[in-house]
Amino acid sequence: MLRFLLLLLVLAVPAFAVEPDEILDDPVMEERAREISKGLRCLVCQNENIDDSNADLARDLRLLVRERLVAGDTDQEVEDYVVDRYGEFILLKPKFSLRNAILWFTGPILFLIGGAGVIGFIRRRSRAEKPDDGLSDEERDRLASLIGD
Amino acid sequence: MIVELGHFALVLAFGVAILQAIVPMIGAQKGWADWMRFGTPASQVQVVLVGLSFAALMYAFVTSDFSVRLVAANSHSSKPMIYKITGVWANHEGSLLMWNTILAIFGAMVAVFGKGLPPSLKARVLSIQAMISVSFLSFILFTSNPFLRLARPPIDGEGLNPLLQDLGLAFHPPFLYLGYVGLSVSFSFAIAALLEGKVDAAWARWVRPWTLAAWVFLTIGIGLGSWWAYYELGWGGWWFWDPVENSSFMPWLVATALLHSAIVVEKRNALKSWTILLAILAFSFSLIGTFIVRSGVLTSVHAFATDPTRGMFVFGIILITIGGALTLFAIRASTLKTSAVFGVVSRESALVLNNLLLAVSAAVVFVGTIWPLIAEAFTGAKVSVGAPFFDMAFTPFMVLLAILLPIGSMVPWKRGKLKKTMKPLQGVVILTVVLLALVWTLQTGEGMLAPIGLALAFWVAAGAVVDISYRAKLGRASLGESLRRFRNFPRSEWGKMVSHFGLGIVIFAITVLTALETEDIRTVNPGERYPLGKYEVLFDGVETVQGPNYIAQRGHFSVFEDGKLVASLSPEKRVYPVEGMPTTEAGIQQNLLRDLYIVVGDKQDDGSWAVRSYIKPFTAWLWIGLLVMAVGGLLSLSDRRYRVAAPANKPAGKPVEAVPAE
Repeated sequence: MLRFLLLLLVLAVPAFAVEPDEILDDPVMEERAREISKGLRCLVCQNENIDDSNADLARDLRLLVRERLVAGDTDQEVEDYVVDRYGEFILLKPKFSLRNAILWFTGPILFLIGGAGVIGFIRRRSRAEKPDDGLSDEERDRLASLIGD
Repeated sequence: MIVELGHFALVLAFGVAILQAIVPMIGAQKGWADWMRFGTPASQVQVVLVGLSFAALMYAFVTSDFSVRLVAANSHSSKPMIYKITGVWANHEGSLLMWNTILAIFGAMVAVFGKGLPPSLKARVLSIQAMISVSFLSFILFTSNPFLRLARPPIDGEGLNPLLQDLGLAFHPPFLYLGYVGLSVSFSFAIAALLEGKVDAAWARWVRPWTLAAWVFLTIGIGLGSWWAYYELGWGGWWFWDPVENSSFMPWLVATALLHSAIVVEKRNALKSWTILLAILAFSFSLIGTFIVRSGVLTSVHAFATDPTRGMFVFGIILITIGGALTLFAIRASTLKTSAVFGVVSRESALVLNNLLLAVSAAVVFVGTIWPLIAEAFTGAKVSVGAPFFDMAFTPFMVLLAILLPIGSMVPWKRGKLKKTMKPLQGVVILTVVLLALVWTLQTGEGMLAPIGLALAFWVAAGAVVDISYRAKLGRASLGESLRRFRNFPRSEWGKMVSHFGLGIVIFAITVLTALETEDIRTVNPGERYPLGKYEVLFDGVETVQGPNYIAQRGHFSVFEDGKLVASLSPEKRVYPVEGMPTTEAGIQQNLLRDLYIVVGDKQDDGSWAVRSYIKPFTAWLWIGLLVMAVGGLLSLSDRRYRVAAPANKPAGKPVEAVPAE
């Protein structure tokens, strides 16, 4: 039984993200490979990049990225190369494209619209008449201090 | 027998919840006092019944009663007792029952602490709490019943996902649920206020403690989750922008906005409809969070229920709850008029900006989280949205927020002058700029992350200190006078300072963790030494060890600094035979300055081992910072204003006034 478990241990424990034997000799190129890997999804994993993933496929992709870099590709060319082969699904950061416009512009556009609304609101508030609640300024101040202002 | 009693109690609770949803609401509409009063005893009966049912399920887990399907599927007799207990909520059905138990507890607490609430408001709040309860209880009883028996019980259970057999993760869901469900109280108050057509300072004062409590729980829950990810998932990441993480982060962002806008309602009687909307949104995000985790639509490691029927049920609950609430809001919000007047430069304006930035960043997280779904539904394209997107689309808003925070927290209410507000901050501004320049020059060509992050961290933390010191007239009045002022500050003032200071710590930790980590990947032979930063590591070898319900290969590493042993690390690779699943346990030695973090990998053909080693600077401060933020929240929560504001504690006969003395 114990032998079986030990066998299981050896077989079941997957490889381990970037393996020592994958690392390129050129540290600058290796650094580029790591950066690119962090933006590529391990296709068989859940929300994991290939740099962190233990899956065999991730290892193949890491090797592929390094291969392309050694062959002289720029970072962009490597990225285009894997997107060509595996589709846009592999990018953890979707492209700036018309298709992804809503994704990329929700933040900025909401900020602009919200900002305009906020400016309008604040200006209205700063120009508004004081409320006619029958209180004098002193009374209102006293009330404010009573409710802990 | 006990399991059947638990089941029966749950059905009874369902019945009570239906009555509690209907009777007090009719009472409040018609003005029938005795019908309104029904909510209080009903909520207390409900908490007893749901509590009994939860206890019965726990009993089944603790006694390893494998005739209960849920226990058989999620437990094992060899599991340590603590994980038998936490196993109750480490699965779909049990976690929902816990969700409902917490809901019942919060409902009963509203009934008990809310003695000073106007009867009609209280009746409506309890009725809405009960409606939420009805929907979740029906979900449990009709689609996810934890009490079902098996005709042929197995000899032993199937075990629990080993990743979940961990203390950090075991207590992560309860805290998150306390946060999610805490926001249901703010939600119920918001809906009740819309029905009443009245939102005022008193209302804000009733809502704020619940929101604060929920926020504190969420903060701790998120912190626990990221701590777990850090030491359990492998390479020392602490936040992955995983859909499940995002689903707890969105309610947190909105709850943070709500906390701040409720202050404006309380102090200035402004931002009323916006605050109501935030209360609705905060709970909506909690529901959506539950939906995301429970339905498995966005599959991820946490989604243990991948069942579309359940998904549709939760989707229905969400649609009715959010749709109904927003419709009511659209009809009634216009009745909430703001009367306050304030200048362009004022605390009010600053808090509005805070809300804008938090709301927009929550929207970014939301869109990023559901985008893969939307893109696939409408264009058929499969896209991934991961960390690189969020880093780019989310961070700018947080940077803006951090820049504005110290100024906004010092500008006076109603009307202020920017120049005057900035004056006490001058020193901090100069130091911040110097720090920025210094870090930028010291590092060569490393990008702007470290300089900006460190400068912002200092700006936020120092700003919080200057704020409270300025209020105490430190340096402008006699020391005695300042001390007296420090002593007399309301707790909420300290809460504000502590929370903002904690945020500064968090920014600091995130920055150094991201920018200044040292990593080393290599193969090492047993007995070999290798350098790691200023340390030297000796790899002593790997042994096989037998744990209570797993076997592991355990590596032994000794870390030396200047020839002195500073740490012995034993990272493991574990296999849980029952579940047939491997996990990694990193070897970590943590102190306040750095974490040493070693993971052992595979044995190579030549007998050496793959090893990953890291020096992670100041990592502990990430969680210390989160804890400090939570403590700030607790300080605010303990402000006597919120207790004094519950006038029912006063002897009867005195006029009921929600006016604290300060």
